[in-house]
Amino acid sequence: MKLFGHKLTASAAFGLAVVGIFILVSLFTPWIAPYSESANVGGTWDEPSAKMLFGADQIGRDMLTRMMYGSRMTIGVALAITTLSFLIGILTGLVSAVVGGWVDVFFTRLVDVMLSIPSLIFALIILGVFGSSIPVLIMTIAVLDSTRVFRLSRALGMNLTVMEYVEAARLRGEGLWWVITREILPNAWAPLVSEFGLRFCFNFLFIAGLSFLGLGIQPPYADLGGMVRENAAAINFGMMAPIYPATAIALLTVSVNLVVDWMLSIDARPSGAQAEL
Amino acid sequence: MDEQFILNIKGLRLESVAGNVIVDNVDLQLRKGEVLGLIGESGAGKSTIGLSSMVYARAGLHIAGGEVILGGVNIRALDTEGRRQMRGKRIAYIAQSAAAAFNPAHSLMDQVCEAPVLHKLMTRPEAEIWACELFTALDLPDPQNFGKRYPHQVSGGQLQRAMAAMAMSCRPDVLVLDEPTTALDVTTQIEVLILLKSLIRQYHTAALYITHDLAVVAQVADRIKVLRHGKEVEEGLTPQILHHANQDYTARLVAVRGAAASERAVAATVKPETVLSIKDCHAYYGDFHVVRGVSLDVKRGETVAVVGESGSGKSTLARIITGLLMPRSGEIVFQNKALPPALNSRSKELKRTIQLVYQIPDVAINPRQSLLDIIGRPVEFYFGAGRAAVLARAKELMALVELPEDFLQRRPGQLSGGQKQRVCIARALAAKPDLIILDEPTSALDPLVAEEILTLLRKLQRELGLSYVLITHDLDVVHRIAHRTAVMLQGQFVAFDETDKIFDHPEHPYTQKLITAVPEMRVDWLDEVMAKRHAAAA
Amino acid sequence: MAKLIVNRLLLGILTLFAVSVLIFVCTQILPGDVASAVLGQGATPEALVVFRRELGLDIPAHIRYWNWLVGALHGDLGVALTNKRVIINDLLPRLRNTLFLAGYAALIAIPLSVGLGVLSAINEGKWSDRLANVVTLIAISLPEFFIAYLLIIFFAVNVQWFPSLAMVSNGMGFGERVFQTTLPALTLTLLVAAHMLRMTRSSVLSVMSKPYIEVAFLKGAPRRRVIVRHALPNAAAPIITVIALNMAYLVVGVVVIEAVFVYPGLGQYMVDAVSKRDVPVIQACGLTFATVFVMLNTLADILVILVNPRLRHQR
Repeated sequence: MKLFGHKLTASAAFGLAVVGIFILVSLFTPWIAPYSESANVGGTWDEPSAKMLFGADQIGRDMLTRMMYGSRMTIGVALAITTLSFLIGILTGLVSAVVGGWVDVFFTRLVDVMLSIPSLIFALIILGVFGSSIPVLIMTIAVLDSTRVFRLSRALGMNLTVMEYVEAARLRGEGLWWVITREILPNAWAPLVSEFGLRFCFNFLFIAGLSFLGLGIQPPYADLGGMVRENAAAINFGMMAPIYPATAIALLTVSVNLVVDWMLSIDARPSGAQAEL
Repeated sequence: MDEQFILNIKGLRLESVAGNVIVDNVDLQLRKGEVLGLIGESGAGKSTIGLSSMVYARAGLHIAGGEVILGGVNIRALDTEGRRQMRGKRIAYIAQSAAAAFNPAHSLMDQVCEAPVLHKLMTRPEAEIWACELFTALDLPDPQNFGKRYPHQVSGGQLQRAMAAMAMSCRPDVLVLDEPTTALDVTTQIEVLILLKSLIRQYHTAALYITHDLAVVAQVADRIKVLRHGKEVEEGLTPQILHHANQDYTARLVAVRGAAASERAVAATVKPETVLSIKDCHAYYGDFHVVRGVSLDVKRGETVAVVGESGSGKSTLARIITGLLMPRSGEIVFQNKALPPALNSRSKELKRTIQLVYQIPDVAINPRQSLLDIIGRPVEFYFGAGRAAVLARAKELMALVELPEDFLQRRPGQLSGGQKQRVCIARALAAKPDLIILDEPTSALDPLVAEEILTLLRKLQRELGLSYVLITHDLDVVHRIAHRTAVMLQGQFVAFDETDKIFDHPEHPYTQKLITAVPEMRVDWLDEVMAKRHAAAA
Repeated sequence: MAKLIVNRLLLGILTLFAVSVLIFVCTQILPGDVASAVLGQGATPEALVVFRRELGLDIPAHIRYWNWLVGALHGDLGVALTNKRVIINDLLPRLRNTLFLAGYAALIAIPLSVGLGVLSAINEGKWSDRLANVVTLIAISLPEFFIAYLLIIFFAVNVQWFPSLAMVSNGMGFGERVFQTTLPALTLTLLVAAHMLRMTRSSVLSVMSKPYIEVAFLKGAPRRRVIVRHALPNAAAPIITVIALNMAYLVVGVVVIEAVFVYPGLGQYMVDAVSKRDVPVIQACGLTFATVFVMLNTLADILVILVNPRLRHQR
């Protein structure tokens, strides 16, 4: 089977299918969920039944419904974060690479310092002061994540800026905007797209982790990490309740990673380790 | 009967992992002490054949068929361990780039002694003594202590010689030399060539000499085999190949180099008006005085070549003219007006009139743009033309550079090197410039393709009255296209005159050195040079 | 080379300063009015005044920063807002616990993953490499708490080898401590080892593509010798960098793992402080984590300098 002209492996096909399902479910949740988001339809940690495919959560709501709404929320937030982070990171990274000079030095040093604090710690600091509302979450993590996108974009930009065709454009007198969007960006797409996939996974896990700690998306919004936290006590009774949302998280990130891995392997050349002796 | 050959390759066939045939049924015979030159353009498969003679295929390639018989033993039929024992011991490899071939983490002596000790031919102390003998024979400085140094501590030419020592360390029966002098300057190349030839003669080693430069291989090889697209074109004794080639392709390869003397630029294109004039220009990279008082002028319709080796400052001069580097002092006048030294202070109109063609076409054009975008952009940018006008002009330009119109929709990745360079020229022409600076425009191209590009450039000069400043290290190119030539050494012009005069009566010693270092298409040229040097030294 | 090392050390110290400024700015200057940011909209004017006085917000910012920094350098990190305890007394033992846990995990993870990563690179394309690729890909995709819960279900609930809560206390013996922290350390190990294996593998692979490796093969060197003598010395620098990078993952993972296993470490301390909006504790924890991190990175960079052959043997 082929996609965009490249052969699809079994794992990539699986990954793509799962991602597709998640996206569709998240988009259409309000219409296809069995119950409403906060409806109480059973007892605490009821076993899975025909009525509730994954049983009930800690206050008797349908686990499946909560997972669908949770996916919608967590995926949506992670997507927003990653998009914002890429906008910031690509813009600053490419401008730094092309313009150079004090602009480059300023951003690079700033990013270096920011990256000297582990992102979770930094996020915790900001959240501790500003609280965990959704806009704060999105902006904080996006700015933190943009540092990595900055570094990648800048590295790509620096490699491409020295290409003669970029110099030819400059010699012509083309403006900065043209050089970035028409000469450099088209050649930087591929690594950026795979990086988008990877950063999405990271941000998705990050948000889930923060919610798990109680510091991410706050109730009453359903969110997968928070659901793990809320249902955690069930483990002590041998019940699987927190495992369902945790598995949902794992499934999505594994699938995205499988797809990204496939994309990266398309361009990969066999290394010297594979020479015929 | 076969025992007379030290290396006998029969029916060699290599395929890529994707199934493409890279080398198609090639035979090769090498006698003891004989040097066979493998000649061909890029993609001919010569390096691949060289590596295959050691039964080695790079990742992505696979030896699909054939026998490789070394000293009577079919080494291709041996198991992995057997093959491993042959390599380095009975057949050794000299790579193109010595800088990349040495491990930065180990000393030169460690790496030169590795093979003989590994193959249990010598103990380490014995190997070190032998290594020092080789260093001495290869004319390396302070041979007794040379081995203690690390690769990054010695120069490129010295590393190349160290690599020759490393290859000879086991006294192999066969040496495979893969473009050993291609990456070197002309004057360094001749030194290394002399040393390689005497080394081969002294130890009676058989050698496969792989190169694309026919004049170079003519100096060392007894026989020459011509390759093209993975197949053999012709093989014969060197004098026969040079003077009485059977195949048309071979004849063309020889003609490209040999006919240098007979092709001279058409003087009729030159008009008396001066387009560019540089007076006493000085430029620095930091503290380094890279251009020292250069004065140059170019007339309309004229080609002025600036020739020099790496580090001479010729590329810097090009950057000054285009405005990428600011000179510290000196006057530059373009079309009777002072030329602002900084690119940003030049008007769009001024930028339009000076265009640049780069050396490596692969990176000179944006791989993600179509040819129409690439050629059309200057038209749109400088002349504000609309889509229809741009398309029309693009078609004209394609015709000028002799490319088919329907290529306009293609991307650079679908073109060959020569075609890409034509696109670069078309892009320069799109601006309707008065002056084009050509920075080593043919150095990255195969000789036959380079010839076509030069012919094209001459034609364009005749038809459009263009002026060229040609930066190059290749004297043959200069012969073919330049009206006047400047010879540059360490930032200064040591000669600047009509091309004929410079080459027929070189006055400055460096010019003489440069001219005599270029291999000529005759078999005994190197021996003559060696004899002359012996006599001079004696 | 000594000059390079000294420069790097100075850069490390400078970075620490910059980091402390950044933390201070984020916690005390960015919010504008820290009092209302932390206490929220519904706070009474009196509560705001009290808060401001407690934090000393009426003193100008740069003096506050200076006091804080000088205090920190002397080991005085102030007093917690919520329970009025001296921060350093609570922080130090927790820091010790976290370092113990992280060290335990690193001790297992580093040799395991670097070794497997090198082997994987050597066997590129073979089934063992492909298997390792898929397994590690899955491992790096799983959230930390998921791995933790899986391990708990298996080891603590099913076979009951280890406790599901890591109860560690100050006077505990070494053996007992190791036993209690094994499950969380194992979780951390799995998390970090997968990343390190993949990165080590790609570092070694990029060295294996260098021309001098080919030349070594062409000299007839056996595969093992080429890997050990030619590839590894040049892969040392990137591998060191990989390890340093993953120590960062370790820090992030530690926080979540401490929450799952209710382990009394620095991560838990900080999470508590964040949920209670206890600004001085947040600052103190942030500074501590960042200091450890910067020190690790500086050490890694210095090791890379020491290992570089071009710098060991100058012209």
